Parts: sequence; structure tokens; C-alpha cells
Amino acid sequence: MADEGPQAYWVILASFLVALVLAVLPLPQWLLWARPEWLALALIYWTIALPQRVGVLTALSLGVAMDILEGAVLGQNGLALVVVSVLALLLYQRLRVFSLWQQAGIVFVLIGIHQLICQWVQNLEGAGAQTGLFLLPALTSALLWPVVLHILRGLRRHYEVT
Amino acid sequence: MLIGGVLLIADLRYNSLDHSRAFLDTILSPVYWVADIPARIGAWQDEHIRSRSSLQEENERLRREKLLLQGRSHQMASLQADNARLRALLNSTALLRDDVLVAELIGVSPDPVRHQVVLNKGERDGVFVGQPLIDADGLMGQVVEVNALTSRVLLITDSTHSIPVQINRNGVRAIAEGIGVLGTLEISHVAATTDIREGDLLVTSGLGGRFPVGYPVAEVAVVERDPGQPFVRILAYPSAALDRSRHVLLVFNADPVPASD
Repeated sequence: MADEGPQAYWVILASFLVALVLAVLPLPQWLLWARPEWLALALIYWTIALPQRVGVLTALSLGVAMDILEGAVLGQNGLALVVVSVLALLLYQRLRVFSLWQQAGIVFVLIGIHQLICQWVQNLEGAGAQTGLFLLPALTSALLWPVVLHILRGLRRHYEVT
Repeated sequence: MLIGGVLLIADLRYNSLDHSRAFLDTILSPVYWVADIPARIGAWQDEHIRSRSSLQEENERLRREKLLLQGRSHQMASLQADNARLRALLNSTALLRDDVLVAELIGVSPDPVRHQVVLNKGERDGVFVGQPLIDADGLMGQVVEVNALTSRVLLITDSTHSIPVQINRNGVRAIAEGIGVLGTLEISHVAATTDIREGDLLVTSGLGGRFPVGYPVAEVAVVERDPGQPFVRILAYPSAALDRSRHVLLVFNADPVPASD
């Protein structure tokens, strides 16, 4: 831990920060509903790759950060990401041996659950979406999963994050 | 999961996390700065890399506009004097000119359901919760959260926002509610016999004390009178360019009413 610890944390943290920036990047109007859930994608990857490092607490703090950035009720994304990370922790052994597109399928389901929880909390607040479009990020995220996987895996191997 | 639930309830029901929220928001505001960089580069290119002819064209246009506005402002002086005299005659309070602060939009809430924007002015510049925000064309929204360097604005089209308005033509009062669709407001509970037409301009009425009087809010676009319904269904399009404005104005009232919600 002492020898590679600091570097390892640095890479994970940096990837999460990049995900946060991507998550608030202004998008054109027609792309708004399709914004992939970058943070959830990065979280799922790191949970599968390093379940001993990244877990529920990371998910909670990231979620709260996202809530603040989004101006959402505090805990909305927190709750959703915690659920996603718990499911990923339960599934990581199976996910590792899945083929790429099988993984993408699971990611689709996980992000879908994430979106449903967010939607549920927003409805509590009285600000829910009027259309079913809020599930679109599940699709775009699943399609982007191979890209995210390759980039993060490359980073992990290059910096030997363990 | 439990902590998440507790946080949810604490924030939703008791609003007890405002301070920690503002603090965390201050820490996280650099994320918005970074996300804004591409737009900044675009704006810089617009400013610095331009053909001579387009600059000349713009210069010409601005000169024309200036002339027009100058002409109008001559009239304005005499009208203002008139207005002040008449108001004095009527024994009503003088209209106070509002001070404004120019701010720049640095972020938009990534959630399409939530119509919020982030400005680059915060507590340090004297921004306060409840402060109205306008752009060149009309009212945009109000400040809901202030931290050290940035502030967060709820737009009038957010589904949790409503604003007291009156029809500019005849002074009929109404409430304009956001319905969560950018570019549309709904005017609710207007009796079927009310004199309201398509094309009417809605301005802030100043009732409620939150918004100053007389800023344009929206233009009535659809009026549906159904004899079976007690109320008319009215849709209006906001005057402000809610999805396009980058430079906006924060209005300082003469005496701000402290936020109370």
C-alpha cells in the first residue's frame, strides 16, 4: 500500500473528476436527454476492477458531489449510485468473465436502475420527467461501455493501479 | 443506503443541509469552470478570429442600433418626467430604478428536468437568495443558492417555479407556472371570462415582493376556451432567451425582501 498507494488513488480520483466534468459539460438541446451517466460508468468499472478499493462509500461521496453539481435533492444520486455499486459488488466476479457485450447488457440494466431511482426521488420532490426519455441514458451508457472499459483498463494497467 | 435515505429526508423535508450544501458547492465549483472551458474557447475564437468584413458589418449594425436607442432615450427622459409628475399627483411612491450586476452563465444543470443555471457571481459580489435574474429580453428566474464564488438560479420554466404576473394591456393578474418544458409557461386558474388574448405581454406584477414590477416575463401564445371547463387553458412563451443567453443581469431591488421559504 505504501509503495503504490498514492499513485493508485491519484488515477482513480482523476478518472472520477473527469467523469464529473463530463457529467456537467454543456450539451446541445437535442442531446440533453441522452447524456451518458459518466460517473456511474466509471464507478461500475472501478468496482469491478478493484472491489477492495472502490465500494459503497466511494459511491455515496460521488453521488453527493453529483447532487450538488446538479442542484438535485441531496442524496438523490447518492442513493442511486450506492444501489448501483452494491449490485456491481455482488456481480463483479461474474461480470469479469462476461464478454464485452454481455457486460454492456448488465451496464444497461444497472444504469436503468440508477435512472429509475433518480426519477423516483425527483417525483417525490414534484419535479419528475414527463416523458419516458429519462431512460435513454441507460442505452447511451451501455453503448459507450466498451470505450470506457478500454480507456480505464488502459489507465489501470499503465499506472499499475491495484 | 441508509445514509443516502437520511440525507434525502433531511434535505427534502427539513432543508437542514443548506450550509453544508453551500460549502460543498464552493468546493465543487471548479468542476463547472473546467466544463465551461470549451464554450470559453469558442467565445474567444468568435472574438479574435474574425474577418474584417464581418466586423465592419457588426460595427455598422451596432451604430444603427445605438442611434435608434439614443432616439428612444430622448423620449424616455421626457416620459419619465411626465410619469414622475403624474405619480406625484396620484400620491403614489416614486418608481425606483433598479441596480444591476452583469453576470456570466458558466453552467447548466445536466438534468434536463431541472431548469437551473450556474452563474459566475456569488456571495462576494453581493448576490443573495431570491434575487431576480434578467437578460436583455425579459425575466429569467431567481437565485436559489449562493456560495462564495458562484450562485445557482432557478429558471421560470422549472416545474417547481411560479411567478405572479399581470397582463401589460389591462393589468389582469395571474400566476405563471413553469411546467418543466423549456420555452413554455402555463397560466393557471384564469376564469373563462377574463380578457386575455394571444399576443398579450405578461409582465411581473411585483406582488409577493420577490420580483420587481414591470419586467417582461412571457407572451401569451395559446388560449383555449373550453365551455365545459371553469378555467381557460393558457400557454405562454418566455420572453427571455432561457436556453441561449450567456450574459445576464442580476437585479438589486431598492429593498430586498428576505427569502422566506
